[in-house]
Amino acid sequence: MVSIAARARKPQDRLLPQGRLSGPMPWIIAIMTFLTVLAGAAGLALRQGASTLADAMANRLTVQLVEPDAADRDAASRRIQRELAAMPAIKAVRAVGQDVLARQLEPWLGRDISTADLPIPALIDVDLAVTGSAVDTATRDIEREVKAISPKAHVQAHAAYLRPVAMLVQTIGVIAFAIVTLMAVATSCAVVLAARAAHATHRDTIDIMHMLGASDRQVIRLFQRRMTRDVSFGALLGLGGALAVILLVGRSVSLIANDLVSSASLPDWGWGLLVLLPLAFVGLAWIAARQTLRRALGGSL
Amino acid sequence: MATIVQFENVGLRYGLGAETLSDLSFALDEGQFYFLTGASGAGKTSLLKLLYLAQRPSRGAIRLFGTDVVTMARGRMPGFRRRIGVVFQDFRLVPHLSAQDNIALPLRIAGVPEAQLRGPVAEMLQWVGLADRAAALPATLSGGEQQRVAIARAVIGRPELLVADEPTGNVDMEMAARLITLFDALNKLGTTIVVATHDFHLLGKVNEARMMRLDRGRLVDPTGNLRHPPRIEAPQW
Repeated sequence: MVSIAARARKPQDRLLPQGRLSGPMPWIIAIMTFLTVLAGAAGLALRQGASTLADAMANRLTVQLVEPDAADRDAASRRIQRELAAMPAIKAVRAVGQDVLARQLEPWLGRDISTADLPIPALIDVDLAVTGSAVDTATRDIEREVKAISPKAHVQAHAAYLRPVAMLVQTIGVIAFAIVTLMAVATSCAVVLAARAAHATHRDTIDIMHMLGASDRQVIRLFQRRMTRDVSFGALLGLGGALAVILLVGRSVSLIANDLVSSASLPDWGWGLLVLLPLAFVGLAWIAARQTLRRALGGSL
Repeated sequence: MATIVQFENVGLRYGLGAETLSDLSFALDEGQFYFLTGASGAGKTSLLKLLYLAQRPSRGAIRLFGTDVVTMARGRMPGFRRRIGVVFQDFRLVPHLSAQDNIALPLRIAGVPEAQLRGPVAEMLQWVGLADRAAALPATLSGGEQQRVAIARAVIGRPELLVADEPTGNVDMEMAARLITLFDALNKLGTTIVVATHDFHLLGKVNEARMMRLDRGRLVDPTGNLRHPPRIEAPQW
């Protein structure tokens, strides 16, 4: 079987010994590609998640009205809702029901507590119709309007308290891309080492080829072809494994009803980029092998 | 008659040691047959290395096929090497290639299509008497068989200059005579032949051969015109 495979190969390929996979390099490349694609996917998904969250939160704010007297609180809340709904910069105004608030407080205060007994603030969610720098102006206008109705009310922009989370997500994304870059560097180093080792191992064959009139280009092409094939095999294997893991994780994530987690999905162009990563590795390996061998051969006559 | 090789005051030194070859000045004519003789360590292999461009001299000038090869750029070397056939003293066969693939190597390097090299390779195998060992790896061949594969590899490309370092060192007298006849036939087709040997029996086998003798890195007969055979039975040096 092996001899049939060996005979089926091109005669030039037989100039270098070994089988289809030369040593551990394809497997190292497979592992590196696997990790790189996963890191890349994590980075892209988090970037997408952060972006989705930012879009969702950037023009949303909550008016909090702290008033111990329930009747005054409800009256002020209704007035604020009316005034805000009339503002052109506002798309939607929704009061958070007391029953919802009570449900949220349940883990701390217990089921039997009555909201009437506690000075639970009234919450009014506001969606802005404006974006960008107009959000700050609208927020100031709303704050002024709300304070005029009730000095005890204050406005909280969602973007402000989600900023640390967004920062964290962004930082993780940057780390993921740093890992991708480091993996690319490590892959290049692995290829350089493999090329040097291959050159050292086959030095006698190379010398003979040189003496018989082979040019550096012919020798380099021979090694490059072999290394590109090995790296391609490893890269494909790593990509296949990583895509399988991403699909499995994606399926699990889709089952979690959580804004932050479910928003971290891969965009369509992200899939394309992930497939391009191994191709970039192959290209990088091709260049690294070429440069290494060219330098090594330059030392001989 | 055109000069194919010209040495002028050539010296060769390995590292910082003494000169292995000194003051070599000679010319080789196209289409001639040369025997290079000398005791072991006289510098025969070093001189051949200069001829087949495996080494640059430490000093002096070498012109090969009319071109200065001492200052020649590396990139131009392969073109010149393809015009030279080499039989190495230690054969230097590629160990993982079969006899036929070793013989085909120069043609493959020269870019000859596969379909066009099968015939010449088979002919060469027949010529050196190894047709039945075509698929054998060098490790499974005897020293003499390896020698014959090395010779077939050197001549398959019909080189303009054939350089052979002790080509009959590992074969019996009958095979040695056959190989020298082979070289002679190649020479008659126009190839310039340089054979390094200290086998005196060979020297009388080629009537028109000229002899160059090296002694401690210097040519004893710098003109290269010493005609052979000097009918001697035992070495005088």
